[in-house]
This record gives sequence, structure tokens and C-alpha cells, in this order.
Amino acid sequence: MLWETRSVFEDQVAAVEEASKRRGKEHIDLSLLLDGLSSEREQGITIDVAYRYMSTERRSFIIADTPGHEQYTRNMVTGMSTSDLAVLLVDARKGLLTQTKRHATLAALLGVRHIVLAVNKMDLVEWDRATYDSIVSDFVEFAGKLRLSEVMPIPVSALTGGNVTEREESTPWYQGPTLLGHLNTVHLGSTQNHVDLRFPVQTVIRPDLDFRGYAGSVASGTVRVGDAVAVLPSGQQSTVSRIVTYDGDLSEAGPDSAVTLCLADEIDVSRGDVLVRVNNRPELRRRFDAMLCWMDEEALEVGKRYRLRHGTREVWATVESLNYELDVNTLSRADSTTLEINGIGRATLRASGDLPLDTYQRNRRMGAFILIDPVSNMTACAGMVRRTVSQSEESARQKSPGVVMESTGVALDSRIEAFGHGPAVVWLTGLSGSGKSTVARHLERRLLEEGVRAVRLDGDILRHGLNGDLGFSAEDRRENIRRVGEMAKVLHDQGIVAICSFISPYRVDRNRVRSLVPEGAFIEVHIDCPVEVCAERDTKGLWAKAMAGEIENFTGVSAPYEAPSEPEIRIDTTSTPADTGAGILLEAILARIR
Amino acid sequence: MSHLDALEAEAIHIMREVAAQFENPVMLYSVGKDSSVMVRIAQKAFFPGKIPFPLMHIDTGYKFQEMIEFRDKFCEEQGLDLIVEQNTEWVGKAHPDELGTDRCCHLLKTTGLLDALAKHGFDAAFGGARRDEEKSRAKERVLSFRDAEGQWDPKAQRPEIWTLYNTHKKSGETVRVFPISNWTEADVWEYIERENIPVVPLYFARSLPVVEQNGVLVPSPDGEERMCRFRSLGCSPCTGAVESDVVDLAGIREELAEAKFSERQNRVIDHNAEASMEQKKREGYF
Repeated sequence: MLWETRSVFEDQVAAVEEASKRRGKEHIDLSLLLDGLSSEREQGITIDVAYRYMSTERRSFIIADTPGHEQYTRNMVTGMSTSDLAVLLVDARKGLLTQTKRHATLAALLGVRHIVLAVNKMDLVEWDRATYDSIVSDFVEFAGKLRLSEVMPIPVSALTGGNVTEREESTPWYQGPTLLGHLNTVHLGSTQNHVDLRFPVQTVIRPDLDFRGYAGSVASGTVRVGDAVAVLPSGQQSTVSRIVTYDGDLSEAGPDSAVTLCLADEIDVSRGDVLVRVNNRPELRRRFDAMLCWMDEEALEVGKRYRLRHGTREVWATVESLNYELDVNTLSRADSTTLEINGIGRATLRASGDLPLDTYQRNRRMGAFILIDPVSNMTACAGMVRRTVSQSEESARQKSPGVVMESTGVALDSRIEAFGHGPAVVWLTGLSGSGKSTVARHLERRLLEEGVRAVRLDGDILRHGLNGDLGFSAEDRRENIRRVGEMAKVLHDQGIVAICSFISPYRVDRNRVRSLVPEGAFIEVHIDCPVEVCAERDTKGLWAKAMAGEIENFTGVSAPYEAPSEPEIRIDTTSTPADTGAGILLEAILARIR
Repeated sequence: MSHLDALEAEAIHIMREVAAQFENPVMLYSVGKDSSVMVRIAQKAFFPGKIPFPLMHIDTGYKFQEMIEFRDKFCEEQGLDLIVEQNTEWVGKAHPDELGTDRCCHLLKTTGLLDALAKHGFDAAFGGARRDEEKSRAKERVLSFRDAEGQWDPKAQRPEIWTLYNTHKKSGETVRVFPISNWTEADVWEYIERENIPVVPLYFARSLPVVEQNGVLVPSPDGEERMCRFRSLGCSPCTGAVESDVVDLAGIREELAEAKFSERQNRVIDHNAEASMEQKKREGYF
């Protein structure tokens, strides 16, 4: 293709010819054009990424030629990090090999969504359609597991040039474009994020007292004069007053534009800050999950401090835990304690300061970071943010590594609009027999009468099914509440009011559930009733058995109950009937969710 | 965003990253077309401020007179802060005909550069080298780290991922920065035309006395007059001209579209050995 588009000069070819002869080759070895380092030419392999340039009348191309061997995965990751499209070469004689699957996996991981599957050496299989079709169907089946928005298979012969730039006469059954034709016309719309304005400040330009501008490149979205913006992480707000360039002021600037912004107010902005639109902010997080591609000879050390660079910001960060290592050949996941060079895995990281993070899937610029070894200064790792973790979620999910969090299909905002109310988690805690379930049932009915989407989760019911494997030890009680809390969160995230009635004797467990949902969404209700009254009521006959020593770990008898110190609402069931209590709760809930 | 706009934005981004994070950067200025482009990009990167670092020319004493005249006029007109340094021990003494191209280059350019960087304490040096110029440059990073002796180790290069440039270095180490790595010769000329950037007149054809050596036209007072121009500019003993009647930028663009040979074809220094540029870089050459 380089040759056909006149991107290789005759003196360069002459030099390659001479070098080929010197190596005792009969034919000119065109790989020597790209293998620019003497060690590469000595060993006859590509080690490092080479960049070549090609232009047609329609487009200009930067070609990152990367090695295919597994031991150079990091070089392929480097080449793909800035690519819009990947051309994967398959040898028609050999079929779909592991190597091509690995390359497709890396492309998906790095967000290269456009793939060309160039089935090469078709001339050596007599341009056989069945051979081609079988390779393509194998690939499509594999690629179905990956996030690739487009796969374009093309039967080619690099040697004869068939279907590279000119249509091949032997493939009347192939109706698609030539390789170059496709590259010239493929639409690459999905590569940039045009929605979320993120402007990482590189440097402050202050030539004199009258001018103060913030220089940077628009990482995503579009900035316009008059935009109300916030400075992250400080949160200060102002308005964009000018977009300055050497060639004159602009009214707006899109992704990758290198501009200088002036703000209407004198606020503190410096290198490392990110300007965003006031009503479209990334999550400010110091803990997050990410896919890591390890690039350094020195393996990943969990707990070690690395420098983390995100946008123009640098902080300290440690890898807290490695959730799994990904086998890029098979997509299988395995437990691991480290990543060696070229290893890829998912980890939880903790940074020393808040970072304005987007997920890599949504924003290729602001979901990407590198880790730098503080001693050797080597770039140790390329990281891609998968999900941000709120401080509250810190403890919970350690036992289910490898589960990729997917956001729900319909945004919560849309649900709130459709339902006419917001979500909540109403948590009723109290001793056995205090009246939790009764109040909860009344409340459920009253909410439904008001048109509120409400779901009731009850301890006794869940313990017969979902939590049937759990007993009443402190550990099992904790797990019981953890599961319920997660369920409540799922319901909350879908706009539902979850009414949860559980003894939930431990404060720490209840607080963990509280932290799973946004502040204000968790309503803790203490169904208050003294031990004696509960024991006297003894609706299920449990207290008698417990007091007789027939039930172990019975809350209030042989296990502790930690009453809420500051519940949102307290209902004393010795003096308040259940339907009255439910009425009090109804008012309080409606006031919050409407 | 057009192809040229994207290349310009990338170069501005790199210059700002380096200027913001290194203590004492400098821009190497070789008077050629790539240097002219680099200056314009620096002006854009820091506008309306001035370029926050000086320019430095390592003068080998073998630069064409027209280059020196252009340099002084250009820097004055553009209000640039120019430092000129020489390896005074060897300027006027070293000559490629006696020492060989490699040795001469090492003394006048490489040693001259390393001494000047050390003298001024520069920790980052911008250069206008491009990856399409030469095969080892195609493999070099945008931020190319050099040890205390200025040496390049192509096997120990840091991966450059996304636009996240790792600027960490140990004391004594320096970095060479190539903001227009991804530009081609055609991009450079298209940009010069678009931005109306002044360049040395030697790029345009005139009648010169030359002698032909290995297909290269070398200027010589005893030669025969031929219409020719320089496609790239280096030291006069080692830079050849090419036959051409092109007198303006549009002509250069057309000539390039039909070019069969690369722009370094007339640069004698690259031909000595298959890996000569890589070897020079390993020794500290730009």
C-alpha cells in the first residue's frame, strides 16, 4: 500500500535492496523498510512500533506498524492507543490463529472499534471463497464477545496486490471495497467523544497583568464562549469569556483543538485542573477499577506507590488489589498476584488525590492513565478506567472480582421523570417481634395507593430463598445484610422505593448499606420496642425458645442489638399503632422523593 | 479538523507539555524549513505570550552564507531570543574530506550540541526532526530520553501511550523533543504555504556552479552552472542540490507529488553505513 500510494521513495527501496542482498536474500525484503533499528534487521523481526505516513487524495494516514508476537504486546498496545482503525492480517492458508484473536482483543480493550480483517495470501489458496468464508465466520464468532463496532473482512494478496488498491479479478464473489478503498471512505465517527466537555489545563499564559489564559487541548466535547464551567477538583465556577488562538478568537472549539481559554472571573486555576461544563461533570474519585496493561520489565507490585498521570494531572497511586489477570488469547480470567511485562488484568487502584474520571469506554482521553515507576522513571503501565468506586462502596465487592459493572439501560433521571418520584431505601431495623414487618406491610400498601413504585424486602422471606444458605452467626448476619443492601441498591438505581425490614443488629452493616446509595436516599427507621415487650408479644414463639436456650445467637437474648444512634425516624411501637407509624413514614418519604 | 490542523494541534500540545514541566528548555534552530515551522508552532502555543524559551543554533561554520543571513534577519523580525554556539576547538579545522563525514559531524554537531546543552544547563531540547526522514527516526519517541552523555538507547525507550507523555527524568539526563514527529515533508511545505512562513531562499531554484558526485549536485566554484535547488539543508560540504526549476511554494508542492527520491537523498551524511543515523543518535546526535 505504501508502494502503491507513492509513499516509498526509490532511494529508500534501493537501500533496502542492497540490504536484502547483503543478507543473502534472493528477493527484496520489504520488511526492512519498516524495521528501522539495527537490532531488528539483525534478528529479522519487528520489535518496536514504527510510524509510516501515507496519503491519498482523500485522506492522510499515520500507520503504526507494530510487532505481532505476544512478547511485544506492550508495543501493540502503544500503537493502538492512538489508532482509529486496526488492520488485522490473517494468513489464508493457516486460518484464524490465536495471534489474531489476541490482536482483536487488544483492539477492543484499547477502544479501536473499527477492524479490517485482511485475509492475506489468498492467491496461495486460489482465491477460494470457502476458505475465506470460514475464516471470516470464525472471526465474527470470536469478535461477538468483544466490543467492536465494525468488522470489515477483505480477501487480499499483499504479494500480487489483489484487492489492496485494485480489484482482484479472481474474486467476483467479493462485492466489498478494496483495502485502500475502505480506508479512504470508512466513517470514523465513534472515535471521539463530542459530548462531555473536558479541558485539562496544561499551562497558564500570563504575558502581562491584563491577560490570563489557560492553555490546553480539548480532550472531549466542545467548549463555547459563554459556557458556564467548573474547575475540577476545586469546584469553583465561572464562564468562558474568550477562546484565544494565534489566528484569532474562536466562538467554539472541538475535540483535540489546542486553544487558550479565558474566564470571566479571577479564580484559581492551574496546571492539572480540568474545566468541565457545570451540568456535565465527571466523577471525582480517588478509588476506581481499571484494566492495566503492564509495560515494564519490573512486574506490578500490589501496594507499591507509583506516579499516576491522568490528563495533565499527576498524583501518587497504589494498586490495592488485582482482581484477575486476563488471558488475551482465550479471554479467560485467572487469579493472579502480579502482572509481568505484557500482562493484562483488572485491578482496583487508589490515588492520593481526587481525579476527574470518566470511563475509558465513554471517553478515551479522560478514562486513560499511565503509571510511572518512581525509581526507574519508566512508564510501567497503561490503564483504562472501567468504573469509579464511591468512597462508600469501599468494602463490599471484594469477593466477586471480574464482574464487569454495566450501567442500567434507562438512566435514573428518565425513570424519575416517568415515575413522578425519586428512589429511596427505607430501612426498618429492630428486634424480633418489634413490629417491623407489620409497619412495612402497611407502608407498602400506602405507598402503592399514592402511586409510588415500592418493593418490600423482608428478612423472613429472603431467608427462605436468596439467603437460605446463611445462619445467624455474626458473619452470616453481615452477609445477609450485605446481600439485601446490594438488592436495595439495584432497586434504588432503577427508581424504586425499597422497603427493607431486617433485624440488622450491627450498626456497621447498616451504615454500609447507607453508603451504597447517594446521601439522603437512605432512610433509617428504628422500630423501637423494649426487649420485654417483644418477649411478651412473642408472635412467633421465638423468644420463649431463645430464652430456653433452644435458639443460639438470638438478638436481644444471646446476641447483641446495636440500636441506631441517629436514625432518620424512630417509631415506638409500644405507643404507636402500626398503621399510624406507617402514616408517619409515608409523609416523611413522600416529602423526600417528590 | 483537517489533517494539517490535527498535526499542528498535536505539536502545540507537546510543546506546552514540555514547557510546563521542564526547568530549562531550549529550541534547537537549524535555519531549515522544519525549524521555521517549529518557530511558528511555538508562537501559536504560547500566544499572546512570547515563546518561553530561547532558540539555539549550533553553527558548524559550514552553513551557507544565505542561511546565516536568513537566520539573523528572521530572528530579529520575529523577536526571537537566539543563542549561537560553536565547537570553537574544531570549527574551521575539522573537514569531512580529511576526517570523514562521521568524525567531522561528531565533532562539529554532536560535541558542539552536547557542550552547549551542558554550558547552559538545558534539560529539554526541541528539534524539528520528523519520523518520515529516516528509518531510525521512524522508531524514535516524541520525547527521546538521553543519558548524561546525550546517548540514545533505542532498546530502552519508554512507550508513549495516548497523549500522556512521561516527563520524569533523573538529574543529568536530558530529553530531545520532536513535536513534528508525525509530519511528512509534504505536510511541512503545505503548512509553510498555508501559514506564509519565511524560508531560506536556497530551497528555490537558481543557477549554481555544481559538480555531480554519485548523482548528487555538489556546489563548487569550478563546476558548471545548472538550475538547481536544495531539498534539505545541512553543512555545505555534505549537502547536495537537486536539478529543479521550481521557484515558488506551489512548484515545490507539485515537484514533491512526483518525487521519486526522499529528501535526504542529497545528504551525504546518511549514506555511510546502513545504520549510520542510528549510530549517530546513539552517540548523542540529534
